Amino acid sequence: MEYFLQQLINGLTLGAIYGLIAIGYTMVYGIIGMINFAHGEVYMIGAFISLITFLVLSMLGVGWLPLALLIVLASAMFFTAVYGWVLERVAYRPLRQSPRLAALISAIGMSIFLQNYVQVAQGARVKPLPPLIGGGINLMEREGFVVQLSYLQIIIIVLTIALMVTFSLLINHTRLGRAQRACQEDLKMAALVGINVDRTISTTFVIGAALAAVAGMMVTLYYGVIDFFIGFLAGIKAFTAAVLGGIGSLPGAMLGGVLIGLIEVFWSAYFTIEYKDVAAFSILVLVLIFRPTGLLGRPEVEKV
Amino acid sequence: MSGARLFGPAWLTEGVKEALLQALVALILAVPLIGLKTVQEPGGLGLQTRWPAVAIAVACVFVGRLLLVIARHIWPPRPKAAHSPVVAARIRRFVRLLGPATIAFALLLPFLPFADRYVLDVSILVLTYVMLGWGLNIVVGLAGLLDLGYVAFYAVGAYSYALFAANFGLSFWACLPIAGALAATFGILLGFPVLRLRGDYLAIVTLGFGEMIRVILINWSSLTNGPRGISGIPRPDFFGVPFNPSPAPDASAFHTLFGIAYSPIQRVIFLYYLILVLALLTNLFTLRIRKLPVGRAWEALREDEIACRSLGINPTNTKLTAFAIGAMFAGFAGSFFATRQGFISPESFTFLESAIILAIVVLGGMGSQVGIVIAAIVLIGGPELVRELEEYRMLAFGGLMVLIMVWRPRGLLAFREPTIRLADFDRTARARSEPAATVP
Repeated sequence: MEYFLQQLINGLTLGAIYGLIAIGYTMVYGIIGMINFAHGEVYMIGAFISLITFLVLSMLGVGWLPLALLIVLASAMFFTAVYGWVLERVAYRPLRQSPRLAALISAIGMSIFLQNYVQVAQGARVKPLPPLIGGGINLMEREGFVVQLSYLQIIIIVLTIALMVTFSLLINHTRLGRAQRACQEDLKMAALVGINVDRTISTTFVIGAALAAVAGMMVTLYYGVIDFFIGFLAGIKAFTAAVLGGIGSLPGAMLGGVLIGLIEVFWSAYFTIEYKDVAAFSILVLVLIFRPTGLLGRPEVEKV
Repeated sequence: MSGARLFGPAWLTEGVKEALLQALVALILAVPLIGLKTVQEPGGLGLQTRWPAVAIAVACVFVGRLLLVIARHIWPPRPKAAHSPVVAARIRRFVRLLGPATIAFALLLPFLPFADRYVLDVSILVLTYVMLGWGLNIVVGLAGLLDLGYVAFYAVGAYSYALFAANFGLSFWACLPIAGALAATFGILLGFPVLRLRGDYLAIVTLGFGEMIRVILINWSSLTNGPRGISGIPRPDFFGVPFNPSPAPDASAFHTLFGIAYSPIQRVIFLYYLILVLALLTNLFTLRIRKLPVGRAWEALREDEIACRSLGINPTNTKLTAFAIGAMFAGFAGSFFATRQGFISPESFTFLESAIILAIVVLGGMGSQVGIVIAAIVLIGGPELVRELEEYRMLAFGGLMVLIMVWRPRGLLAFREPTIRLADFDRTARARSEPAATVP
């Protein structure tokens, strides 16, 4: 029971991170119908920028942790958002009228490019960061096994919930959100009624990248090591989460993220840790076979 | 307006403004990742600053953009005439000449004066990718199924040769069909549940399968020896006659058989011809099967699945054959890879390989056999030229993929030869297009 509870907490934390990345996939797929293959790399860049900002702050001697966290959050979100924006401008916008495969290849090319860009610029070694936020709340203890909810996990979950609430408000109650929902319905129609489609798509990439940056910061803090290759697997799992929740659906992305996080953690805890990635992929395959629209997605209408 | 015109004509001012703006964006991008480098120091991570590199990057963006603006002004982009019959005819003639010329060149290559060991090695590598590209083209180009896990079948082929040769002592020639059959079986097994998915979903599921096979190869140590891989895979022999510098007195070797002096390059030349023949077989197979009902069904399915279903074509079976045949060729290529390397490990079968093969197919212009050869030479041979810049190789590779796609979204040789021509349709199409061509 205690072991189960602990794994539940760990799974929720991991799921929050996946969910934040998954939102980027689901938004882009919802609007322009393509897999933003480089999104995992954007998340990796977010992690690197957080790490670098931490180091800059510690050199400048900013010691008060909440302030440092806020600055890192802002810096990671800003710089990563610019990366997301440029990514769309350079690799996707020229290809919007082209065959879908062209955009996919361009995205894969961008993913390879960004991965190697960070490898060349920052080195291939793993980057360790000493734990900044230690300690936690002991929830229960029995026979020496302590169930701990660490402060960092609280921060991650609270921050994710806060972002999700803000983000839902943004999508449901602002002009920008309305434009995004309109684009998701029909790009051409949206353009006809006077929505600036290009700007809406750009904003989508910026928001997606900013959320991925938050996930990157969380991972940097949570695991304490990052390298240039973390984007690939995290990207696939987040995409799986987006598909599981129903691609195009924002609550679905979050739900899918949490489920994937839980599945992965429980699989590692109760079965074999070696095959934990296989677990995520199997879930993806099973969902696509038996419920291709995901848990909360709308059925796709086949048109002639 | 005159106030904005500080120097030169208006387009130049605009161009400079644009370039400045982009340089600013480049500065924002470069400062955190290029300007500050994390380095391992005794007390933990430290930072190094590299402002000159940032300056160079920003200057490159500025100058590059400005040059592009100037070039656009001097040579304004022509309106696209993508499928004009004149261009199509020119491409067709070019391809018809290029195909045989390339084959003739490939046949003669080992005997040309500059063909040393290195050139042959690179050529073998390029040909392996040409073969993989042609194999994947059956799945992606003909049947229109996006497969991002093609490397899984390549791995199945490689491991089946390695394991059969190591455990049962079978020869390369006995293993080749086994490897192909096993890979095709895997294609059917993996394809069966997922082929009713379409487009990007199929892509991501095949990617998942590719990764799963790799994870299994890493973790199933008792069979595959895990991440350490399998070494000592038997090298190929000349139809049973080994390439052996000093054969036993009563046994024969390649050089004694032909009465020539031994040279280690003989084996390399044999490998070269082996992969050339395998690749050409793949090509011949594709060209011929396009004329069979199943090939026609693939192409029809690619164009419109609903129409096919209403015409009584079974989409699942048709797709499965494409998947299985594509996988079979990957299996052949995999056994060749294993025998050439003599060592395989799961590291050789990452997602990157799938991405490279798919990139070759798409960059070449989907469905174009010659285009795949050109793309393989550009993507595989090109980075070989800059071998010394090892760490920038994949960077250039990714950038090249994006650039080619943005420049030519339909691939390098974008013209697709129709498989069937209706005589009447052709004539009317020409009659219709000719008056249009006279309009300036």
